[in-house]
Amino acid sequence: MLGEGILRGLAETARNFAGSYVSKERLTTVQYPEERAAAIEATRVFPFLVYDGLEWEAGLRCVACQICEKECPPKCIYIEKSKDKKPDYVGKMQIYPARFDIDVSVCMSCQICVEVCPFEAIKMDTEFELSTDDRFGGLLHDRKALAKSNEYYHKIHPTEATEVDARLAEEKAKAEAKAKAAADAAAAKAAAAASAPAKPADKDAPAETAPKPAGGGE
Amino acid sequence: MYAKADQIFVHLLSWLVSFLPAGWQHVAGVLICVVVIIAVYPTLFALAVLLERKGLGRMQNRYGPNRVGPFGILQPVADGIKSLTKEDIVPERADKVVHFLAPVMLVVAVFMGFAVLPMGRNMVLVDLDASLLFFFAMGATTELSVFMAGWSSRNKYSLLGAMRAVAQMISYEVPLLLSSIVVVMMSGTLSLTKIAAIQNQYTWGIAHWNVLTPWGLAGFLIFVIASMAETNRSPFDLPEGESELVAGYFTEYSGFKFALFFLGEYVGMFGISGLGVTLFLGGWSAPFAFLDWIPSWIWFFGKVMVWICFFIWVRGTLPRIRQDQLMNFAWKFVLPLTLLNMVDVALWRFMGEGVLRWVVCSAILLVAYVGAGLTGMRQKKFGPRSYRYAE
Repeated sequence: MLGEGILRGLAETARNFAGSYVSKERLTTVQYPEERAAAIEATRVFPFLVYDGLEWEAGLRCVACQICEKECPPKCIYIEKSKDKKPDYVGKMQIYPARFDIDVSVCMSCQICVEVCPFEAIKMDTEFELSTDDRFGGLLHDRKALAKSNEYYHKIHPTEATEVDARLAEEKAKAEAKAKAAADAAAAKAAAAASAPAKPADKDAPAETAPKPAGGGE
Repeated sequence: MYAKADQIFVHLLSWLVSFLPAGWQHVAGVLICVVVIIAVYPTLFALAVLLERKGLGRMQNRYGPNRVGPFGILQPVADGIKSLTKEDIVPERADKVVHFLAPVMLVVAVFMGFAVLPMGRNMVLVDLDASLLFFFAMGATTELSVFMAGWSSRNKYSLLGAMRAVAQMISYEVPLLLSSIVVVMMSGTLSLTKIAAIQNQYTWGIAHWNVLTPWGLAGFLIFVIASMAETNRSPFDLPEGESELVAGYFTEYSGFKFALFFLGEYVGMFGISGLGVTLFLGGWSAPFAFLDWIPSWIWFFGKVMVWICFFIWVRGTLPRIRQDQLMNFAWKFVLPLTLLNMVDVALWRFMGEGVLRWVVCSAILLVAYVGAGLTGMRQKKFGPRSYRYAE
């Protein structure tokens, strides 16, 4: 019969109308500034720099390799390398970013900087309230504003952070083992050299460190 | 006591004008009525907008506006202030005079209709003999202002919206008029006050409302459909069609002119529902004799508000229909049924009292409705769509 569908539709909306006063589950709206929805783990908004330990400047994982700056599609990252060096998480001396700026108004939250970073130094934040009344300074986040602790990273992306920590620990262990092996080897070599006044080993070592003949062009 | 409450506004008016010299009393009385009408309907408009936004929200399981004031009841005030303080932009190449006149004319035309609408016992501004005709003449003027707005804006969306609006309003003006004609045929008068008064009679405690007869019910349903189309309400809101025409004929309007269009649309809705209430739902009369103690103006405005709520309900339910569906529906379905309804009311008039005319008249309309529906369904004019190529 003609008009039956319209009546059924009217009944449906009437049910919604009355139901929204009766059952709270129907109203899925979260009244934002007062209440907030629980953050989803995979949320990504804007990158931040991870640091280990308590001191943000000393603990920054970033080594200013500038891969993210080059890969960033909208070119919103600006990095200046430092002149001196500081030890990184494995204890190796590395340069660090003297300046690391990201422009919020340009960033498109693509996460490519995170994908390309070999040092697990840049990650995506879940913070989304980035609006400001200062449209020049306020939208350009410097490295101090970008630096956030590893604990914070664990809080917002627990699964991912645990994986990263495991990977870093493994790398560190490997590096330590390598260093130990190298030290052992060096010690053994030194011992061998000391015990036996052999010639080829002694001869080879200086040859390697000796400056190459001029005209190499390298 | 209740007679006093019923006539409170009439007495108030005569008391107010009694302070003036006799020669001025009539003019002053009319002016006061005009001011009251111009004050009351925009207030109702604010109320209706709030109701609409809250109601639609609830139908979609949202809260609706709830930030301004307790439960968001001050939202219309905020909207009004916003539109008053907004910049009034006129397109550079627009026809400035016509562009300015269009919203003014719309508002004037929709308010003119209230001059002849009986809003309670003895509560009518001008008691014209041909007030129904006057109302429709004013209703038709809104089409002109809509087209003025679309044409003067020099914008393709505006013009398309205006074209759609005019095509739609003229198509639905025909069933709107013809469905009102049946009431005139039965009442024998074009005066809205007399039409309302005729319905204010009771048999076994039930009012003689036109909607309680077969031809009245059919006419009422057609009137509701046509009035929705006439006021550009969903599902007939093609002239605005946000998804395809930005805002239709008032795309190029901003600030208070936009607010005037908005106001005109809603006040037009009040006007047409007031007319429908007067024609079919007994105007200011109570449905049952024992409810007669409630003042007549409460009945009138209550019925109008219920009608508006129904409009909102329909808007929350139905999607917008296509232009060809709109035209097919008007000319191939609504109009034939309206014409048949006129034949039906003539039969009713001359069959005399008795059960027979109830049976015959109901049967004719029911058979026609079901038959038209079934034929339409078979020819795939109505009913679920089937697609040849896309799945």
